[in-house]
Amino acid sequence: MDFLRPASWEEALAAKAEHPTAVPIAGGTDVMVEINFDHRRPEYLLDLNRIELLREWEVGEENVRLGASVPYTQIMEHLRAELPGLALASHTVASPQIRNRGGVGGNLGTASPAGDAHPALLAAGAEVEVESVRGSRFIPIDAFYTGVKRNALQPDELIKTVHIKKADGPQQYSKVGTRNAMVIAVCAFGLALHPETRTVRTGIGSAAPTPVRAREAEEFLNAALEEGGFWESGKIITPSIAKQFAELASGACNPIDDVRGTAKYRRHAVGIMARRTLGWTWEQYRGTGRTLEGAA
Amino acid sequence: MRVNFTVNGRPQEADDVWEGESLLYVLRERLGLPGSKNACEQGECGSCTVRLDGVPVCSCLVAAGQVEGREVVTVEGLAEYAKQRAEHGGACGTGACGDNGTSLQAAQQWSARPSGGAADSRTGEGAELSPIQQAFIDAGAVQCGFCTPGLLVAADEMLERNPSPSDEDIREALSGNLCRCTGYEKILDAVRLAAARQERQGEAV
Amino acid sequence: MANDTRVAAAPAGTPTKVTQGSRTKGGIGESTLRPDGTLKVTGEFAYSSDMWHEDMLWGQILRSTVAHAEIVSIDTSEALAQAGVYAVLTYEDLPTEVKNYGLEIQDTPVLANGRVRHHGEPVALVAADHPETARRAAAKIKVEYKELPVVTDEASATAPDAPLLHPGRDDHHAGHVPHPNIVHRQPIVRGDADEAAKKADVIVSGEYVFGMQDQAFLGPESGLAVPAEDGGVDLYVATQWLHSDLRQIAPVLGLPEEKVRMTLSGVGGAFGGREDLSMQIHACLLALRTGKPVKIVYNRFESFFGHVHRHPAKLWYEHGATKDGKITHMRCRIVLDGGAYASASPAVVGNASSLAVGPYVVDDVDIEAIALYTNNPPCGAMRGFGAVQACFAYEAQMDKLAKKLGMDPVEFRRLNAMEQGTLMPTGQPVDSPAPVAELLRRIKARPLPPERQWESTEGADVRALPGGLSNTTHGEGVVRGVGYAVGIKNVGFSEGFDDYSTAKVRMEVINGEAVATVHTAMAEVGQGGITVHAQIARTELGVTQVTINPADTQVGSAGSTSASRQTYVTGGAVKNSCELVREKVLEIGRRKLGTHHPAWATAELLLEGGKVVTDGGEVLADLVDVLEDEVVEIEAEWRHRPTEPFDLRTGQGNGHVQYSFAAHRAVVEVDTELGLVKVIELACAQDVGKALNPLSVIGQIQGGTTQGLGVAVMEEIIVDPKTAKVKNPSFTDYLIPTILDTPTIPVDVLELADDHAPYGLRGIGEAPTLSSTPAVLAAIRNATGLELNKTPVRPEHLTGTL
Repeated sequence: MDFLRPASWEEALAAKAEHPTAVPIAGGTDVMVEINFDHRRPEYLLDLNRIELLREWEVGEENVRLGASVPYTQIMEHLRAELPGLALASHTVASPQIRNRGGVGGNLGTASPAGDAHPALLAAGAEVEVESVRGSRFIPIDAFYTGVKRNALQPDELIKTVHIKKADGPQQYSKVGTRNAMVIAVCAFGLALHPETRTVRTGIGSAAPTPVRAREAEEFLNAALEEGGFWESGKIITPSIAKQFAELASGACNPIDDVRGTAKYRRHAVGIMARRTLGWTWEQYRGTGRTLEGAA
Repeated sequence: MRVNFTVNGRPQEADDVWEGESLLYVLRERLGLPGSKNACEQGECGSCTVRLDGVPVCSCLVAAGQVEGREVVTVEGLAEYAKQRAEHGGACGTGACGDNGTSLQAAQQWSARPSGGAADSRTGEGAELSPIQQAFIDAGAVQCGFCTPGLLVAADEMLERNPSPSDEDIREALSGNLCRCTGYEKILDAVRLAAARQERQGEAV
Repeated sequence: MANDTRVAAAPAGTPTKVTQGSRTKGGIGESTLRPDGTLKVTGEFAYSSDMWHEDMLWGQILRSTVAHAEIVSIDTSEALAQAGVYAVLTYEDLPTEVKNYGLEIQDTPVLANGRVRHHGEPVALVAADHPETARRAAAKIKVEYKELPVVTDEASATAPDAPLLHPGRDDHHAGHVPHPNIVHRQPIVRGDADEAAKKADVIVSGEYVFGMQDQAFLGPESGLAVPAEDGGVDLYVATQWLHSDLRQIAPVLGLPEEKVRMTLSGVGGAFGGREDLSMQIHACLLALRTGKPVKIVYNRFESFFGHVHRHPAKLWYEHGATKDGKITHMRCRIVLDGGAYASASPAVVGNASSLAVGPYVVDDVDIEAIALYTNNPPCGAMRGFGAVQACFAYEAQMDKLAKKLGMDPVEFRRLNAMEQGTLMPTGQPVDSPAPVAELLRRIKARPLPPERQWESTEGADVRALPGGLSNTTHGEGVVRGVGYAVGIKNVGFSEGFDDYSTAKVRMEVINGEAVATVHTAMAEVGQGGITVHAQIARTELGVTQVTINPADTQVGSAGSTSASRQTYVTGGAVKNSCELVREKVLEIGRRKLGTHHPAWATAELLLEGGKVVTDGGEVLADLVDVLEDEVVEIEAEWRHRPTEPFDLRTGQGNGHVQYSFAAHRAVVEVDTELGLVKVIELACAQDVGKALNPLSVIGQIQGGTTQGLGVAVMEEIIVDPKTAKVKNPSFTDYLIPTILDTPTIPVDVLELADDHAPYGLRGIGEAPTLSSTPAVLAAIRNATGLELNKTPVRPEHLTGTL
């Protein structure tokens, strides 16, 4: 095993180009467990801790440009207004110690369906900026997850930033685990209201081979809200709309039975979370209309 | 590979480090600092918690090579760290410490008491303790003690950020540290006790 | 001059009266602080995994990847050829004819001999200069398995063509079991259950399933073996019973016991999981083979395979009651899964059967308990030891009966509660206080915690809600429930076991002060035994300074740190040895100073505050002047009252020493839509006889309570029934409660003395683990209206989504 310690982003890209099998390590949450438990012996470890730009974020007009290694703790503390869904999701990640080191880049790199950030990114809308010595490109988050623990990265590419749409409405995030803290998702659900475009976006975690959006549920809800004039009136969403939205969200799942939960439960729980998060965000939208901060 | 970093204010060098080694392994097996504990090695128990540039992290999930040039505080250095903090006016009461870490200058101003030292080698009596360490003893928060070092580092850092935590704040801050013996009640007592003593001390000053 | 006297044990059954007051500071009844506290908070306390030796090697164990197979071949050549590897050992390398070990039945191979019987069984050992070298070498050992069919439950284990786990068994249970895949069977029959059932107005029955729990102590199995010049070995290890280890290790190594010198290292929790051997023999074999110190440290994954677990159980119960609420009879059948090797299974069967009724008066019972041999992971000791599984079932039954009778569940229990004098189903009278009704009264009388504590001015505080930080509810679907349970646990080793402890106590003058030294082999695993030993010595010898020597095998056995027995038995031994030392000191005083004051001859004399005083408080002499340069040292064994085995057909017999009682009230809030549970409060009332150290007593009760909570809502080792392989050997998927899962645990301590026990104390460690689980279950049932017959309760059970 070789330990590569690039001092700059350019050096990191060069190292990755030279050693495409190199495993990037930043927060260590996934990689070190695999090493400690002898599940993985990469030829090269590529340490990204020394690259400052990965730990920076910038709030722009439309987007937040979030460095891949910005720790979840920082997202919780500093980006609650701009990225309320992701801030809430960050708060559910593992433990305070892990949140101090892990970042969204790790979730994306591992691309486990159980990664906590995915549903929030899917719901908010985001693009992943990846780069190699060949150049950089933006991968829409919807196209990023390609299979179980597989993503759209090329072997020589590294994740640099995630450009996440700034919240233009309330966002929520829920995750079911069988413990009240420090738990891997049995399943998770993210929901974002986008009043500017009068759309609702969603994200489902741990209930399909990849993180997915509940597209049919979104389309149904978008249409129902539009038809009923809910966006203008801000009136309470009828139980039947919420119910059907929840059922469609359940239907978007394609889960498995495993030690963490049954497929049947995952479908059921996603439905409940869909209904609740819709209720919470809509209440926020109706109430202050613009209280966007997640209670992270 | 070789790794140079600072532990408890002292420069350290580890040689012939296997690239897959964790910071925890280097501390325990190469630097003679076994205080940080190896309970799960998967970031699920917090027993190996240390401060890396001021921030509490699981040292089992930090690759040894990642600490090159950085500063680590372990339970062995906690008393001295707390003492320095108190003597320098509790500069961390602002909550800024967690973000900024310990400055190099600050880190170099102190170093851990050599083990053995003036303390009784068997009972450790006479050792100078930080308020959180003393509170853990006084409140009965220590049973087998395996989770204790990690809890102390995490609790000390929380009190630095949040000197008057609510019970739910304490629970949240310590939710990454498993304890199998105590049922956590005495640990909560200990943190409350340390916070109260800290407050009284603050008032006295 | 050392006055080293080995004294015969005190006659069994001698009541030990309190002859010394607690007027010396730091004596019994005070919450003195742990002597190891400072070392533990500074990180200097040396746990077994912290051991280090110049030039040491790292040991690695290769474990079976399948549950049941014939080993066709093992090829170690590639591993041996690897640079940095010093030894690779298999069964063929074992040095003597003794190749098995075991607590009661020596059926566990040190290394697999042609066959593996469970997932994770040790097959080969490697010693190398770095753990990674050892791991890589172990990976190069080629083991060819020919898989065999697995047996995983009663049906498959006792089927006509079932493969036998241990063909040709010749252990002492083999003769009375109905099938060779049954380790032990204990029926208990008293009265006439069939006849009594006719008097019942209501009858309830149920089948209950208790999942496999892991001790999940935080300090993984580990230790260091150092070869000695005399051909022996020094072993530093974390265990619960040094001498039991020694008895099993030495024959395998082919060494006399005195050449295997064991020292207790820091123990990172135990809870039963260190009663069996883990890495001890392996490290010694490698050290003796290589001539170098060898350290072995399991990681968490290996730890799940490296120790036995709590027996999962299937329990069928039937109770009847009259309409005025008196239990008429009870019938039950308890099937415990012992896994591939016996471990403590026979004793667990004895406990489960003899405590199957619970703390109730039931005259007519028909009980059967068995433990199976299967290809599942071996199960053995864990806190509560057979009584936990039974309590979960009989307490569910009590609620069912009360409900059917339309009675309050606590009142129903109080109506049937046992008391001093009640006969156990074994026919043994309960001959010390049994305040079952009073414990229940106390927890019921406690005010309930306020409702909706999650509400705050800033909205819902999710940390106080089911789901916690995961933000699953802001109050939606949340229903409160309250549940009660009470349990009975035996204290000490039962069924005729010679359960003794040894204590060596020394008194001398150092630097002008009389001081005491206590030396036992008691394993301090966190429970605070060493704190209590110092308190006892202060109380009995009237000194302030007490040194506790490290536990090792240079002193006689202290028995196991289990069965809630150490404060009773080793505490009793320390008290006894102190009393003998005191007599000796007074003898010296009479000899030297007897002529100075008539009270030396006439009064009852005490040692207090460093002085010899009369029971009237008059000071006769300073201990410094009595002892001068004399050293009094006594090592003595001490036994509690003897017990006898249970009759193999009827289960009758005075099998137990003492009982311990605890009751819990659980208050839970359940998100009924998502099936998530938050325990809001888990109040406990327990009779401790006498709290030698109240702070430690409460700590034990809260810790035990939390382990019971864990198994109620999250803890289970999941074994694939098709392959018998463990599916969740990690802290990612075997969950234990965090501080956010653990509620406030108010504790109400009763002190009703047991006159048979030292200071009237009662063993306390296990009882709270019993009733905690059924109380939480009862509260969840109360909140949801569901029947819930299985631990742990998973969200699927609460939402109908299995």
